[in-house]
Amino acid sequence: MGGTPAPDENMKDSVFSIVENKRIAKNVYQMVLEGDVSAVRNPGEFINIKLDGFYLRRPISVYDLSDDTVTIIYKVVGKGTAAMSSMAVGETLQVLTGLGNGYDLSLSGDRPLLIGGGVGVPPMYLLAKRLIAQGKSVSVILGFNTADEVFGEEEFKAIGCDVTVTTVDGSRGVKGFVTDAMPTDYTYFYTCGPEPMLKAVYRATNTSGQFSFEERMGCGFGACMGCSCKTVTGYKRICKDGPVLKKEEILWES
Amino acid sequence: MGKLSVNLCGIKLDNPVIPASGTFGYGYEFAELYDINCLGTFSFKGTTRDPRFGNPTPRIAECTAGMINAVGLQNPGVDKVIGEELPKLKQCFHKPVMANVSGFSVEDYAYTCEKLDKEEQVGWLEVNVSCPNVHGGGMSFGTDPKAAAEVTRAVKAVTTKPVIVKLSPNVTDIVTIAQACADAGADGISLINTLLGMRIDLRTRKPIIANTMGGFSGPAIFPVALRMVYQVAKAVDIPVVGMGGVSTAEDVIEMMLAGATAVEVGAANLVDPYASKKIVEDLPAVIERYGIKNLSEIIGGVKHG
Repeated sequence: MGGTPAPDENMKDSVFSIVENKRIAKNVYQMVLEGDVSAVRNPGEFINIKLDGFYLRRPISVYDLSDDTVTIIYKVVGKGTAAMSSMAVGETLQVLTGLGNGYDLSLSGDRPLLIGGGVGVPPMYLLAKRLIAQGKSVSVILGFNTADEVFGEEEFKAIGCDVTVTTVDGSRGVKGFVTDAMPTDYTYFYTCGPEPMLKAVYRATNTSGQFSFEERMGCGFGACMGCSCKTVTGYKRICKDGPVLKKEEILWES
Repeated sequence: MGKLSVNLCGIKLDNPVIPASGTFGYGYEFAELYDINCLGTFSFKGTTRDPRFGNPTPRIAECTAGMINAVGLQNPGVDKVIGEELPKLKQCFHKPVMANVSGFSVEDYAYTCEKLDKEEQVGWLEVNVSCPNVHGGGMSFGTDPKAAAEVTRAVKAVTTKPVIVKLSPNVTDIVTIAQACADAGADGISLINTLLGMRIDLRTRKPIIANTMGGFSGPAIFPVALRMVYQVAKAVDIPVVGMGGVSTAEDVIEMMLAGATAVEVGAANLVDPYASKKIVEDLPAVIERYGIKNLSEIIGGVKHG
């Protein structure tokens, strides 16, 4: 198959078995899936999960990775994710792995700032791990609405991040939005979260950085053009050319 | 001729399985996963004269046994398709490919088809007069027999390749439109494009699709598609390419019994990227199970009484 990328660059469709599926915060669950993770490369990538009884797959970002497991954190927002939350250990799922471009770590500088909001927090974890492994000094801001939604604080601390938690109602950590807890000294930033938060981060940051976007997807691997967006460098598919875009590329639609 | 082979407008297909336009890009995303030369052919992403971004997002909504899309013919325009996409396609696919063309005027269709006619790898021109997601074009040509015939004639005048006109199900009488295209010189008819559909988000009370409506596809539409293929195949004497919710080898056989010479597979490719390959692989055992020696002999073979 000439002209196609080398095999290790390719996505993979395979069966994973659930080795853990537990509630970690209000409406938020952590699932550990065991299987062939060889297609998962970069923090910021996602996997696309087929669920019985639902036509389209569920795209969910990678939280953590080991030699034979991939961990995701997902929020129950509809019937599909509700069905996922009731699945038992030992059940299997058909999963497409190796999707999306992921974050580019080479631009981080020595003191990168990671900003995650809600279910935008998970991709920050594998990213933080990799950056710390490279000897970087990593600061993390984790934003939530209320204390009962907070997750990940201890996990980020355990791998050596400087962690700040914000809640909109002040029930935990700093009261306010992630942008109310911005440090002044950082070399670069990485962020993922709801679009209003991404826009606020875009305005509040004084360095370059990378943003991970969400969109309703058809296929998740670049075939259907369902999740396209306009950027400074042309049309991009969130699933294939993204979900990570560099600050300089972004054109806000509104 | 193998057991699975069929002849589509004078070109032999190793098997009747054809990934449908808009669900298979230009092939190379799928070539990451498997050798796409196992397919009969595929119909590449709908191409227009000028580059198009398409509609605002969200463009996708899930449904029971299907999905709605309102992509709106995003494509880089015919010049870039020829200059950039077809050379890449050629690297991973070595058979004649089906070029899918859309337009906003009769002249648009002719312009784009004339350019694609010169591409050696293009085997057929699939002329889409049925896109439900663009205004002032697409489907409007496919809902009026006169307009559909006019597009057909204009395209036939600029190409020697077989012209297959892709029809919309969003009409009162698809047979009249198919006949008009056949009378205007179409070499084949493909159907059905998506059914116009809609979903509303209960939380926001807004349509899920930014464009309000979109094209509904997936297994839910199979019976509607099969019925229309049956009606059209009976009424015209040119080959019919059946599509709409096809997901299995059994669906392919059912479409062929209804009158399809070849069968396109659409939404299934998006939820299972191996769907078309699996159908090709399943076909030999499935035709044996139903006592079929050669697939081509069952075309239009539905029995009555």
